[in-house]
Amino acid sequence: MNKLLKNILRFFAMIFVQVFVLDKILLHQMITPYIYFVFILWLPFKINRGLLMIVSFFLGATLDSFRHNPGFHAAACVLIAYIRPFVINLMIPQEGSETNYDEPSIKSFGGVIPYFIYAGFLMILHNAWLFLLEAWQFADPYYFFLKTILSTLISLLLLLIIEMIFYRKQKFRTNTV
Amino acid sequence: MRNIFLFIRRHFNLLLFLSLQIFSVYLIVTYNEYHHAVFSNTANNLTGGINSKYADIQQYFYLKKTNDSLLKANEFLYNKLKADFSLPDSLPRTYIDSIKIDSLTKYRKYSYMGAKVVSNSVTNQSNYIVIDIGKKNGIKEGMGVINPNNSIVGIVTEVTERYAVVMSLLHKDSHISGKLLKGGETGILTWNGVDPNYISISNISKSAKVVKGDTIISSGFSTAFPKGMYIGFVEALYKESGSNFYKIKFRSATNFNDLQYVYVIESADQQGVKEALDKIKKQP
Repeated sequence: MNKLLKNILRFFAMIFVQVFVLDKILLHQMITPYIYFVFILWLPFKINRGLLMIVSFFLGATLDSFRHNPGFHAAACVLIAYIRPFVINLMIPQEGSETNYDEPSIKSFGGVIPYFIYAGFLMILHNAWLFLLEAWQFADPYYFFLKTILSTLISLLLLLIIEMIFYRKQKFRTNTV
Repeated sequence: MRNIFLFIRRHFNLLLFLSLQIFSVYLIVTYNEYHHAVFSNTANNLTGGINSKYADIQQYFYLKKTNDSLLKANEFLYNKLKADFSLPDSLPRTYIDSIKIDSLTKYRKYSYMGAKVVSNSVTNQSNYIVIDIGKKNGIKEGMGVINPNNSIVGIVTEVTERYAVVMSLLHKDSHISGKLLKGGETGILTWNGVDPNYISISNISKSAKVVKGDTIISSGFSTAFPKGMYIGFVEALYKESGSNFYKIKFRSATNFNDLQYVYVIESADQQGVKEALDKIKKQP
């Protein structure tokens, strides 16, 4: 399938799952399971950094318009879009892996653990920035940290399930072409 | 000049990042203050349409609960029927109802409009409910919203042609005045942004006799709600040290998790009270 079309479909699928399935779930009145930002984690390696941030901004703004609170998710998404290239540079195993594969996955990161560190780090950043913006007036650090950590764990669990259900074929492209 | 362009080119990503962040924060701040973000009108009409399709499907799962609550509401109304009361002959005085039935509309203070909930949330710190009636049905900002069992849901904050956005009680900026049914002391409701369905009321003086399970009703001081709508039931009492007031935590009478139908209250007095208040503000 065309890469652009695939990502557009993914964009809408993520928003719909987030708004109509996960937003209806409330675990222990504290955790909201977030999964929509996996769209940002899965964007191709070669995407322009400016474009990456603009696409992420629109992803967040779309979710915000469903929730009638403009700005919150947009800000968090732009933050992880900005940080993403740095994390990829740190976590990619050997020189050239990002040219051999299209997009971040367990295979292109060379193992489950580096991939989940990459995902987990960006998720913590997203959640922390989002909850910080939401909290604004309520200074309760203990609640804030617990909420961030637990929400991230739930998101990681969801990511693991998604990776197992929807196996993404990753073609190995040699860079000798 | 050349250096400026070089600087922008070199740090383009950082600058883009910062400007998008500032724009987002700007949206957050302005929206919370005025509830009129530029994009909210168009976004409501777009997402409202999608949400109402979803609500159509979802409501089937709540039919049983909706039926139960309607049954209760009907029971409440049946018990108010005049035909079910008879005056015993031995009563020394006969009370005559002073309301003229044929000119009832003249005395009407509140009228109610039914609406279906299109989208609802309890997980955020600022929760909004969207209902499927709007400007063309005569909804205005500041109207009160209750559920079928006479419990307060929130206040309309934004109206578009076909939809209205209701700021639910579970919103950190929602401050409605409430009153203890037993003693009559009034206070202000606040929500801490953490537990859905648990709200607190402050400014109740320590001389008030409050016990767990007491009912809190609307005070009738605002034009949004008539007096006596249910708000909640007292769960816990806290004595605020250094002040003369209680802080009371209560369970809301409305269950915000499964709202399906609501009533919007139109108050005939709203315009008059608002004009009177505006006059006071104009005086130096």
